Amino acid sequence: MNPFSSGTRLRDMIRAIRACKTAAEERAVVRKECAAIRAAINENDQDYRHRNLAKLMFIHMLGYPTHFGQMECLKLIASTGFPEKRIGYLGLMLLLDERQEVLMLVTNSLKQDLNHSNQYIVGLALCALGNISSAEMARDLAPDVERLLQFRDPNIRKKAALCSIRIIKKVPDLAENFMNPASSLLKEKHHGVLITGVQLCTDLCKVSSEALEYFRENCIEGLVKTLRDIANSPYSPEYDIAGITDPFLHIRLLKLLRILGQGDADASDCMTDILAQVASRTESNKNAGNAILYECVETIMSIEDNGGLRVLAINILGRFLSNRDNNIRYVGLNMLMKAIMVDAKAVQRHRATILECVKDSDASIQKRALELVYLLVNESNVKPLTKELIEYLEVSDQEFKGDITAKICSLVEKFSPAKIWYIDQMLKVLSEAGNFVKDEVWHALIIVISNASDLHGYTVRALYRVFQASTEQESLVRVAVWCVGEYGDMLVNNVGMLDIEEPITVTESDAVDAMEVAIKCQRLGLTTKAMALIALFKLSSRFPSCSERINDIIVQNKRSLVLELQQRSIEFSCILQKHQNIRSALVERMPILDEKTFSGRKAGSLPTAVSTSSIIPCNLPNGIGKPAAAPIGDLLDLSSDDAPPAPVSSGGDFLQDLLGVDLSPASAPSGTSQSPKTGTDVLLDLLSIGTSPSVQSSSSAIDILSSSHDNKAPVSNLNGLASHSSLSANATSPASSAGMMDLLDGTGAITQKHEENGPAYPSLVAYESSTLRMTFNFSRQPGNPQTTFIQATFTNLSPNVYNDFLFQAAVPKFLQLHLVPASSNTLPASGNGSITQCLKVTNTQHGKKSLVMRIRIAYKTNDKDVLEEGQINNFPRDL
Amino acid sequence: MIHFVLLISRQGKVRLTKWYSPYSQKERTKVIRELGGVILNRGPKLCNFVDWRGFKVVYKRYASLYFCMCIDQDDNELEVLEIIHHFVEILDRYFGSVCELDLIFNFHKAYYILDELLLAGELQESSKKTVARLIAAQDSLVETAKEQASSISNIIAQATK
Repeated sequence: MNPFSSGTRLRDMIRAIRACKTAAEERAVVRKECAAIRAAINENDQDYRHRNLAKLMFIHMLGYPTHFGQMECLKLIASTGFPEKRIGYLGLMLLLDERQEVLMLVTNSLKQDLNHSNQYIVGLALCALGNISSAEMARDLAPDVERLLQFRDPNIRKKAALCSIRIIKKVPDLAENFMNPASSLLKEKHHGVLITGVQLCTDLCKVSSEALEYFRENCIEGLVKTLRDIANSPYSPEYDIAGITDPFLHIRLLKLLRILGQGDADASDCMTDILAQVASRTESNKNAGNAILYECVETIMSIEDNGGLRVLAINILGRFLSNRDNNIRYVGLNMLMKAIMVDAKAVQRHRATILECVKDSDASIQKRALELVYLLVNESNVKPLTKELIEYLEVSDQEFKGDITAKICSLVEKFSPAKIWYIDQMLKVLSEAGNFVKDEVWHALIIVISNASDLHGYTVRALYRVFQASTEQESLVRVAVWCVGEYGDMLVNNVGMLDIEEPITVTESDAVDAMEVAIKCQRLGLTTKAMALIALFKLSSRFPSCSERINDIIVQNKRSLVLELQQRSIEFSCILQKHQNIRSALVERMPILDEKTFSGRKAGSLPTAVSTSSIIPCNLPNGIGKPAAAPIGDLLDLSSDDAPPAPVSSGGDFLQDLLGVDLSPASAPSGTSQSPKTGTDVLLDLLSIGTSPSVQSSSSAIDILSSSHDNKAPVSNLNGLASHSSLSANATSPASSAGMMDLLDGTGAITQKHEENGPAYPSLVAYESSTLRMTFNFSRQPGNPQTTFIQATFTNLSPNVYNDFLFQAAVPKFLQLHLVPASSNTLPASGNGSITQCLKVTNTQHGKKSLVMRIRIAYKTNDKDVLEEGQINNFPRDL
Repeated sequence: MIHFVLLISRQGKVRLTKWYSPYSQKERTKVIRELGGVILNRGPKLCNFVDWRGFKVVYKRYASLYFCMCIDQDDNELEVLEIIHHFVEILDRYFGSVCELDLIFNFHKAYYILDELLLAGELQESSKKTVARLIAAQDSLVETAKEQASSISNIIAQATK
């Protein structure tokens, strides 16, 4: 005899577990019990099998693994007695789910039990089948269940009806077998059978349009009559809840009527009277009554239009909204969300109440109300609603602020009637909850500001004011810093004063003070400080009187522990001290940022394809490739751009852009590429808000550096500059030293580099269609055979210009692909020019597998979107 | 449709779980932990509904126990509150003013009652009396079987003496 087999009683085990003071103790007890149960299972102990299973179920509820008991359930189910079967089925439903293979083994026992002479055993089998049946079991046992729908005892009929629901959900093709028996259930008097029968019909309608038609034709009148009887029935204690007879049946009938009435005018007509009666006569002081009203309103809203009823329904919702019970208000809001599709005007009437609900203390209600408000807003009411929401933002809970700011920003953006209003609202939101907004939000704001040239002065003054009040909200500080940097002169001179503005006197040194605050503030992040540094740099030329002081601040930052700031300040101060002649050109105001490109980016198109297109055209990393065509004059005469504007560069002036990147804004690309771990998009703030971080890869940095020396032009002055910036970069990153070396070597190095470049590969026509040709030129960095640089050149073979040109590529997992933004997104017609784009591919299985790539090219021609796709398999073998 | 029923004590202990939709063991534990965290932390006067992963969870507290049911977005939350109350009333009638301890030591009985009330995630019976009658009938079947078994074993025991 096994010493464990008698074991403890269930009750004693539960007591022992409850007496445990620590989790470890509990685990010990459970482990001991499980060991005993396993032993009993191995012994095939019969006497205590049901007790052991009961224990296992308790242990299962505590979250311990109990899979070893699954077979015990099957054995108990297969035994003859009712008690064993009862616990066996319970265990089956608790320990198994439909996805376990073991479940298939029980099909046979289930079939036998469905035909058992004891109706309670039939009930157990139906219950188990209804709760965990898989599709196979459903198919196998459907005929038995169908037969049981006509069983003599109503309690079996109702179980069979619900079991049928599970079956038709698992196997919708079986629906038609259940249509007739289901409709006969609707004529029953027994409430249990009626409820389940109505439910079965509802689910049949959902899976089969045939069933829907069938019930529409045959059952509507019967259902209306049943509902009328139940609504008018005298007090019956068995089904009474708060003075209403069987609200559950009410609700199910209303739900089925809704499905039948939807999209069918005649059917809807049939039920209007009874709906009106239920809507107007149901008591609304208890939850049960409200549950019926709620369902009734939903039915009225869903069935075909009947003006009078709708008014009734909207009134009920109005009552719900003003109810003091939170539950009722919650469902009211829920319902209004559906009603807004049907009758937006009626919902607008409740706007004030809904706004109140946004301020509720209950998060569930707040959330619903906010979603509803979001749906309610249109051009005509955006102003007052936004005002309300912003007011609320000031008092809302911290965790709710993120949600609500996102909603306000999106509304303001969508419905804004005027730029000035947009800017005003965004300033309010940012000064309230600037720490909660995503980067895109303040990026978008800067773009709007940049486009509203008549409002530059107004905006910068407004921002300056808020900035003075608080530097708590970082994204606000960023926008303010950016604007002061760009439009600092307008701030001081009160340019473009609007009537509504209060006059403000800001001296030049005040503005510099503000930037100094931003740099020195401990709380603000690196990105903000870097932006402030650039702003100061720009101000140095706007405010010549403060130039000395600005220089001092920048010099102070040379000792910054943060690499990024240190590097920037070193470069800036170098420019301030040694290169006065080009400074003013470098710090010119940024050109207007292109809204379209930005919104396109937001929509999720390939981020590298737009934006700073200007960096790329000079080809392959090590300075091979065609020398740039731009004249030297251009180089030094940096008249317009100090940083490449996102998309607008034209092919020719890229050099100037290049230099812009290279020298003036602190050789940002090289800086960032060396410290990508800091995670700040410094380049991004520099170049424009649009630039994506991917541009910061080292390859682009090399690109820039090498291409700038490629031009043979800049001679001493440029060389000095470039080497200066590269020196600092060089110190930090040996990784890209190849490119750097190049630079320092001066022009003579080109030829030498050429040879070091390893074997040359022939260029490849990677893709050609009747309209477009794409050629690949390959190159490699010596000592790194895994990485291949590909320069793709696109040529237009058609007579039409391609706009919005976008090249995308995908590679299998063993490859890593890095796309550098293309030289342009416009491809001139008939081969009169080309777009180039650089790709860096790293083959992690170099030598074993060769490159392969899938490509997709999208562009617009004659206002038509064209998409070309292809696969490239003919790469040179050893790449 | 009701996707699952949970009974959680105020300390976060699970007292009953019933799953009408397939959830793996891992998911079940996760669901319980997640919802326990959300529901137990809600204040007393708030509404009884929580939006959760595209579903709605209706919960109601009775003494130290939270009764939770997870339903679809377009189900009637107020009705589910009534179903929960219905269940509690039947338990109350069966155990005679039910308390948490009753449900701990007789958890299987609580499951039997739930199985008479819900099936396939839908309500099965709106009459408390019928549920009580059906449970009583099955309990008595178990009792008779037990008596028989013990009497037979008595007979055998005596015969083999």
